[in-house]
Amino acid sequence: MPCLEEFYDIVVVGAGHAGCEAALACARLGLETIMFTVSVDSIALMPCNPNVGGSSKGHLVRELDALGGEMGKNIDKTFIQSKMLNESKGPAVHSLRAQADKQDYSREMRKTLENTEHLTIRQAEVSEIIADGGKIKGVKTFSGAAYYSKAVVLATGTYLNARCIYGEVSYATGPNGLQAANHLTDSLKANGVEMFRFKTGTPARVDKRSIDFSRMEEQFGDKKVVPFSFSTDPDMIQKDQVSCWLTYTNEKTHDIIRANLDRSPLFSGAIEGTGPRYCPSIEDKVVKFPEKERHQVFIEPEGLYTNEMYLGGMSSSLPEDVQHAMYKTVPGLEHVKIVRNAYAIEYDCINSRQLKPTLEFKAIEGLFSGGQFNGSSGYEEAAVQGFMAGVNASMKVLGREQYVLDRSQAYIGVLIDDLVTKENHEPYRMMTSRAEYRLLLRQDNADLRLRAIGHEIGLVSDVDYERTLKKERDIEREIERLEHTNIGANAAVQEFLIKHGSTPLKTGATLAELVRRPELDYVMLKELDDKRPQLPYDTVEQVNINIKYEGYIRRQKQQVVQFKKLESKKMSADFDYSSVKSLRREAVQKLNLYKPASIGQASRISGVSPADISVLLIYLEQLRHGEKKY
Amino acid sequence: MNHTDTIAAIATAVSSSGIGIIRISGENVCSIAEKIFRKAGNKKWDMTDSDHKVVYGHIYDGDEMVDEVLMLVMKGPHSYTGEDTVEIDCHGGVLVMKRILETVIKYGARPAEPGEFTKRAFLNGRIDLSQAEAVMDVISAQNQYALKSSMNQLKGKVSEKIRELREKIIYEIAFIESALDDPEHISLDGYPDKLKSKLEPMIREIQRLIDSSDNGRVMKEGVKTVILGKPNAGKSSLMNVLAGQERAIVTDIAGTTRDILEEHIRMEGISLNVVDTAGIRETDDVVEQIGVSRAKEAARDADLIIYVVDASVPLDENDEDIIKLIESQKAIVLLNKSDLETVVTAKELKKRTGQKVIAVSAKDETGMEELEKTVRNMFYEGEIDFNDEIYITSVRHKTALTESCTSLMMVMESIDLGMPEDFYSIDLMNAYEQLGSIIGEAVEEDLVNEIFSRFCMGK
Repeated sequence: MPCLEEFYDIVVVGAGHAGCEAALACARLGLETIMFTVSVDSIALMPCNPNVGGSSKGHLVRELDALGGEMGKNIDKTFIQSKMLNESKGPAVHSLRAQADKQDYSREMRKTLENTEHLTIRQAEVSEIIADGGKIKGVKTFSGAAYYSKAVVLATGTYLNARCIYGEVSYATGPNGLQAANHLTDSLKANGVEMFRFKTGTPARVDKRSIDFSRMEEQFGDKKVVPFSFSTDPDMIQKDQVSCWLTYTNEKTHDIIRANLDRSPLFSGAIEGTGPRYCPSIEDKVVKFPEKERHQVFIEPEGLYTNEMYLGGMSSSLPEDVQHAMYKTVPGLEHVKIVRNAYAIEYDCINSRQLKPTLEFKAIEGLFSGGQFNGSSGYEEAAVQGFMAGVNASMKVLGREQYVLDRSQAYIGVLIDDLVTKENHEPYRMMTSRAEYRLLLRQDNADLRLRAIGHEIGLVSDVDYERTLKKERDIEREIERLEHTNIGANAAVQEFLIKHGSTPLKTGATLAELVRRPELDYVMLKELDDKRPQLPYDTVEQVNINIKYEGYIRRQKQQVVQFKKLESKKMSADFDYSSVKSLRREAVQKLNLYKPASIGQASRISGVSPADISVLLIYLEQLRHGEKKY
Repeated sequence: MNHTDTIAAIATAVSSSGIGIIRISGENVCSIAEKIFRKAGNKKWDMTDSDHKVVYGHIYDGDEMVDEVLMLVMKGPHSYTGEDTVEIDCHGGVLVMKRILETVIKYGARPAEPGEFTKRAFLNGRIDLSQAEAVMDVISAQNQYALKSSMNQLKGKVSEKIRELREKIIYEIAFIESALDDPEHISLDGYPDKLKSKLEPMIREIQRLIDSSDNGRVMKEGVKTVILGKPNAGKSSLMNVLAGQERAIVTDIAGTTRDILEEHIRMEGISLNVVDTAGIRETDDVVEQIGVSRAKEAARDADLIIYVVDASVPLDENDEDIIKLIESQKAIVLLNKSDLETVVTAKELKKRTGQKVIAVSAKDETGMEELEKTVRNMFYEGEIDFNDEIYITSVRHKTALTESCTSLMMVMESIDLGMPEDFYSIDLMNAYEQLGSIIGEAVEEDLVNEIFSRFCMGK
């Protein structure tokens, strides 16, 4: 039967946050790229929370931006409120979060995609992958058309065999009633891909006019907005912001939930997928934490030109009537009108340990994947994986070296390493506690960490890169100056110190020593520092942090040196671990199953002990010398 | 795991050999040696011109002299491991070796993992490639053995304590982390002071564990000491005096102790695992017979035998049996009931047994000081042979305890300095990991699980 056939360099399946970043990266690197979506109107859709960033997710967005991704720029264009979280805590855990105008976000991203050369957008359901001899050849759509390519990036999100559920009601649709993709799973399974079934959920959206805000606390944005993107001029984005609102559930709410638990598909067993522990439904919270008298509910606008409000904290899959009753017990929501019901969604995703750290399938060359399809959750987690998958698919096609960020370089590295190394039974969410070197992986220095890599990939312009290099030089020079500027214990200095609750000096001190004092900082010390150069705010921030936390930072840098040693010892994917006699059996099984890319990755596989790693090191050494000899 | 930091271990068997060797290898060897070694006459010493030479002097811990030693310095790559290496030859006594090892660790080394010297030697090309298989086997086998023995040697109560401490620590980390992750739901207001008040008792608890690790209370086993003697010679009374409590049933009916009783006793900082035995005599009583054969068995396994003789009655064939039994073993002979009229003399016994003899009275508690002194001397001079693994493990445990204590104190310091809360979890996590290494538990996904199970998060 004749059918449509087309040829591309790269096929991207999906146009959510992962798909958009993947497609943009590929096309911007000059590769002919086609991107599939079940609905062009749902490009860069935010089907759940109306915000971008948050603790550790803000880090991901900034890292993505430093590498040349789009998410940071897009949210800078479309935010309606912005906040730096954890400002009272250490710099490592400061995190940006912005409320988005959802439609605007989607529209701006679509505009960017549509204006990118080498990028084709096509509305169709991809139903098959075409693979031959362990190599990807392209994809087929449900209509029978074939799209041949050198690489494929899968970013199907929550659409595979998706099912939306509340109470006894269940629809075979993707999020927001969009068409599900019901065929690709079978094709993947036929090609030997192991699938999992995960679940997540979303709260109801309600009509703003039916809310009594006088019974809630107003939550404002920051006075001075910090942009996500290192390319955005902060002065250009200061604007009026909308508010969010805070209210609480109470015992009445909880009573209604408890009385109707038997009607919840989560507890009746109608839902088989594994849900995320970090964003539990309200019924989960009530069951798991019975001692809590109330739970917070954040009322967040979905955009500037809609009355819909998002009820953050109250996702649910309880029946419609229970939802209405329970929401109405919350102060301010007594007369609430629901626009869209809360629901849970189940979908197919993969066991991500089938992937290399490059996000390429170990068993199918040229097939890459990113986003919720890989078992993660969240827009930001999806976007960074889509980007890395897109970059590495491009590198593959271009015959260039692929990129793997390690755990000491970026949260992106931690995220992907966790996904491809550790056992994962629920949608994976980023958290700052997952990053062992978080003092080094700050959101404020993402450009200093990653701009050079983005530039080398080819997605960061010379101008942007040059700006980072200059910043680096400025920081270095200023720290040097502070370390070598002595100030005497004169009357003015002593008076300054006493005024700020700091111990007066016995002898002279350098300015750096004073910056290090907990009660002082770089900005405050301006009075004592008449030779201070005029520096941009983000340079000042780096100088202050680097001097203040120098001891801790040095400690982590030493740990990183050790970490890198094992990371740099690469393992071949066809190495047979059963040939190493002294390894324990459990270690052999795990290592043969997951084929780690390096000794470092091997050391993080559960069931592999430090002694096994020592044994492997010796074996490698023997191998290395053996090769030399023969 | 680090592969160039400085490691130390006792390289000889920890036993009665006349000389013990402590080996140190890694990047900081020289600076550690310079800190702890002084030449004869308390003179400072430095590395210059010392390569591949033996120097004579003393090991010091600060101002305190630890032992008289010979030290061999080998700069890498011309050493066993290929790294800078120092070997300290000291007197073979167990406590001396342990003390020197602890001093080396205190000044910057860490206890070596099993097989780690060999591993480094191999990785630095100092061992023939053909031996790689053997090296891998050694590392694999020794590690499994060490882990097992580490767990076995820990008293149940101690590992329970460590587990409790870890649970408390991970709870605090999880609380901090969930607040950082979800600042709008969980607040840290007023938390630093609360944490401080929780840390204080934890630090005290660890301190107590460190102190008790010095006198062996952490470990289940010590020097295995067996008390022997014919019925009613006063073994049980002696044991009660040593243990300081009525533990064995004491009557004047011969054959009261029908089985063996165990008691853990500390004597001058030495940990003795004392086994009281049923008296050894020819008997028809079946129960007592079992006791007797167990006593003989225990005696054969003993590191040290204390033979109690009733001075008020003449030696008989039962005594002959015992004298034969202790012939080839380390033993101390106690001439008990020296408060009564004696028919057996110390001189006679000394001649018969060839062992040290001390006159005591378990009833009046006389002669006990001399007994303690004698045990101590035998121990320090390395006369007593015993299972060396225990002491090596105990050094590892102590290092881990000390490090976890330091980490918790650093949290206290961070609180006092007004550091942000996220810095606390770095040191708390370190304390948690160190304690975990003692009971053989890794971190893996503990924290994430704790966060989700304890604290209600998010959206």
